Amino acid sequence: MTITDELLTQHGLTEREYQKIVSILKREPNLTELGIFSVMWSEHCSYKSSRVHLRRLPTKGPAVLQGPGENAGIVDIGDGLAVAYKIESHNHPSFIEPFQGAATGVGGILRDIFTMGARPIAAMNSLRFGPLHKQQNKRILEGVVGGIAFYGNCFGVPTVGGEIYFSDSYSQNPLVNAFALGIFEKDKIFYGRAVGVGNPVIYVGAKTGRDGIHGATMASAGFGEDAGAKRPNVQIGDPFMEKLLLEACIEAMHKGLIVGIQDMGAAGLTCSSCEMGARAGTGVELDLDAVPQREAQMSAYEIMLSESQERMLLVAAKDKESEILEVFHKWGLDAVTVGRVTNDGLLRVRQHGKVIAEIPNRALADEAPLYNRALLPPKSTLSSRLDDYTFLDGCEPAVIETFLSESKDWNALLKLAVSSPNLASRQWVWQQYDHMVQSNTIVGPGSDAAVVRVKGTRKALAMTLDGPGYRVARNPREGAKLAVAEACRNIVCSGGRPMAATNCLNFGNPEHPEVMWQFSEVVDGMSEACDFFGTPITGGNVSFYNETFGGDIYPTPVLGMVGLIEDISFVTISSFQDEGDFILLTEPVQRLVGKVDLEDERALQNFIASAIRDGLVKSAHDLNEGGLAVALAECCYSTLRRGAIGAQVEIPSHLEIRKDLFGEFSSRVLLTTRSSAALQKRAADAGLNVFELGRVGGKRLIFHYEGVQAVDIAVDELEAAWRQALPKLLS
Amino acid sequence: MKFGVVIFPGSNCEHDCFYVIESVLGKPVEYIWHQDTSVKGFDAVILPGGFAYGDYLRTGALAKFSPVMNAIADFAQKGGLVFGICNGFQILTEAGLLPGALLRNVGLKYVCRFEYLRTETTDTPFTNLLTRGQLLRIPIGHGDGNFFADADALKRIEDNGQVVFRYVDAAGQITRDANPNGSLNNIAGIVNEQRNVLGMMPHPDRSSEEILGSADGKLIFQSMVNALVTQ
Repeated sequence: MTITDELLTQHGLTEREYQKIVSILKREPNLTELGIFSVMWSEHCSYKSSRVHLRRLPTKGPAVLQGPGENAGIVDIGDGLAVAYKIESHNHPSFIEPFQGAATGVGGILRDIFTMGARPIAAMNSLRFGPLHKQQNKRILEGVVGGIAFYGNCFGVPTVGGEIYFSDSYSQNPLVNAFALGIFEKDKIFYGRAVGVGNPVIYVGAKTGRDGIHGATMASAGFGEDAGAKRPNVQIGDPFMEKLLLEACIEAMHKGLIVGIQDMGAAGLTCSSCEMGARAGTGVELDLDAVPQREAQMSAYEIMLSESQERMLLVAAKDKESEILEVFHKWGLDAVTVGRVTNDGLLRVRQHGKVIAEIPNRALADEAPLYNRALLPPKSTLSSRLDDYTFLDGCEPAVIETFLSESKDWNALLKLAVSSPNLASRQWVWQQYDHMVQSNTIVGPGSDAAVVRVKGTRKALAMTLDGPGYRVARNPREGAKLAVAEACRNIVCSGGRPMAATNCLNFGNPEHPEVMWQFSEVVDGMSEACDFFGTPITGGNVSFYNETFGGDIYPTPVLGMVGLIEDISFVTISSFQDEGDFILLTEPVQRLVGKVDLEDERALQNFIASAIRDGLVKSAHDLNEGGLAVALAECCYSTLRRGAIGAQVEIPSHLEIRKDLFGEFSSRVLLTTRSSAALQKRAADAGLNVFELGRVGGKRLIFHYEGVQAVDIAVDELEAAWRQALPKLLS
Repeated sequence: MKFGVVIFPGSNCEHDCFYVIESVLGKPVEYIWHQDTSVKGFDAVILPGGFAYGDYLRTGALAKFSPVMNAIADFAQKGGLVFGICNGFQILTEAGLLPGALLRNVGLKYVCRFEYLRTETTDTPFTNLLTRGQLLRIPIGHGDGNFFADADALKRIEDNGQVVFRYVDAAGQITRDANPNGSLNNIAGIVNEQRNVLGMMPHPDRSSEEILGSADGKLIFQSMVNALVTQ
């Protein structure tokens, strides 16, 4: 058949890219080959617009065992153990079909982890939606949360944390970024490499259907009026199947039967086979007649491009074929030999005895076009109106006006702030997630970072997701640095040491020079800060084309930071602990908004880390959206171990009361202690400003400002407003 | 003394139960594969939480056909201790080893959080170290935990003192707000008439160590050990 311009457009390929395909093959491709190239060279799979920038990210460090390029990054945590972790987006499917889109996002990231041999022990997610006063956004949120719960709960991984923000910017383009972390012995890592010429290539898991064909291509374009028509491109998830797949894969790995393995995610069978071949420098020959199929008469094109979920491709040692099949059959799974590793470097696909496609693996996996796209600082940036109070973004306009008005009813404004969509309790969301399965959750959703213990050791792992979209939109480079600083601060406040990170870079259309400029700036800011804090980026995901009807979203890099807590006795939470504890605010002398001084940040974090290790800190809470007033309120709410508790404090006067209460300055932490003097001295020695604000106690939250009582409210009342806000907005 | 933890395809709390028995209590424990046809050599069998067979058709509806369930029925018949937690409870009701059924939560959503349970009877091998009325803080995590039995069955369960735990508030009162899923009479856990089979929706396996927020669940496992030692 002839390849027409229309066919190229449908496949998202340019004329130039097509010419490159012809020159690689030294002939015209057939339709199946065109399909294979189009998914592998899609933005989603090839990173063709981002690779020139991503090279600038720091990826190496003493603890890093695996950086970018594999299914997940891996760091050494000592005791012979390692953790694999990664974050990935599922934005486009989640807009079209929120429940399944989010569910399969979770499924995909979990497969990335156990493909490497690690058992997933924690999941988190970072979500962005349009404001909840618009009906459609409620439906999307409910679907996404339901899908995450459906998949993670059944699979049996605890969803221990995450973040949710609302802004108009995400109204037509929600963000669903799923993170997962797994643990294993560091000498039992498995890679996606088709090694050993003659070794059998085995297909395991669910049957292949027509679902998800061109999912990767869909994720590489924006949406218009026809978004609904793309629903068939969304895959359907089966967490039960994936749970069986996990157990069978881990059993086969521990029995030493597997030499290479990769999950079939984006671009399914195509991507897993050619990437495994390319990494090992081998060829892979597939016989599609052997592939388990859900539907009759599927074409080679459909089988190669299907994104049916819960499938894995593995390469077994030659003499282990029957043992592998036995393990998978024990778990009730399909496992079929569908091909062999060859020495010619080609992906060769046969169907009905004929060769249907023959393409060099390297051409597909490594030789996609690279674009150094135009960069241009945007003319109009976001208004600076909410710079001091970014939490107001996503509020109804009337709420914003009330907050920014001349009102001096601080009780009412505090209540308004804690019940605003971006600050309200997320309990409605996280109680739908099983966050306790596997019995490792020491700190679940709601603190600065989630903490899970490592059984058999005294260690624990802290993890957090941070993606300040508004800040990055205002200043991409500074916003990215803030994200890194905050993520590290969250880990430190939890008693941990930041080790390494994974990033999910959610941006608009890379063909818009303004978007590419934002992207480049974010990479630079993130590189600088990650380098500074010694937290390399070991992999992640880029999601472009987050736009609908031509409007780009806020540039939203989400950083997933993983930290090590050397001893579980260091674990610290954000909530106030006991009556009479002293409340201290520590911050750099230099007060910044929307940017961070990295040296100041390091001084603050070092001070907190050593104070925690020396047992001087009873609680630590990072100040963020809503500033000091909101942070104080959050520390008072009831917890698992105690009822609501009050505090009486003097708010330091620097500027004016509204900013001193709610202003969002960088690099600030609220601590409680029994040893106020000792801690104050240490902070001063570290060059930090420190204020003893008051003490924990009673049932009311009382603020004084310049000698006058500004706030006096029962914590129960404030907490009720905070807890009920989200359910109310959704009802 | 040997505990067994059954693995069905889709179980996901088997490691948690195993860990409590082995590492918290320091007692011998082994896994039992759902295809096994015997539970010989075990003194107590735990059916862990999870989504056996993906909860397809109905929670527990397929798991009851696993070969091991015949062996467990015999074992229970002969007085062996059988403990079903969450999905394990659902399987036991489907298999007819416990009365009643677990319906979809009234809120139609999965709920994961700590709850207060009130101990209603100490006359079981699972609660012999507790006191009547003792409050336990143990988390739930389920979408189908709404206990139901028809009026006659419910009356028998209540009259026989088969209700072991009820959901209550922090003051120990049975209230509607304290009921997370719509269970009749706030029932969280019951035993059979012979009192050697316990099913409960809350997870003592997630609350047997202080570091996890509560060690109250450990008292249930310790009661089992106590019963096995003294029997």
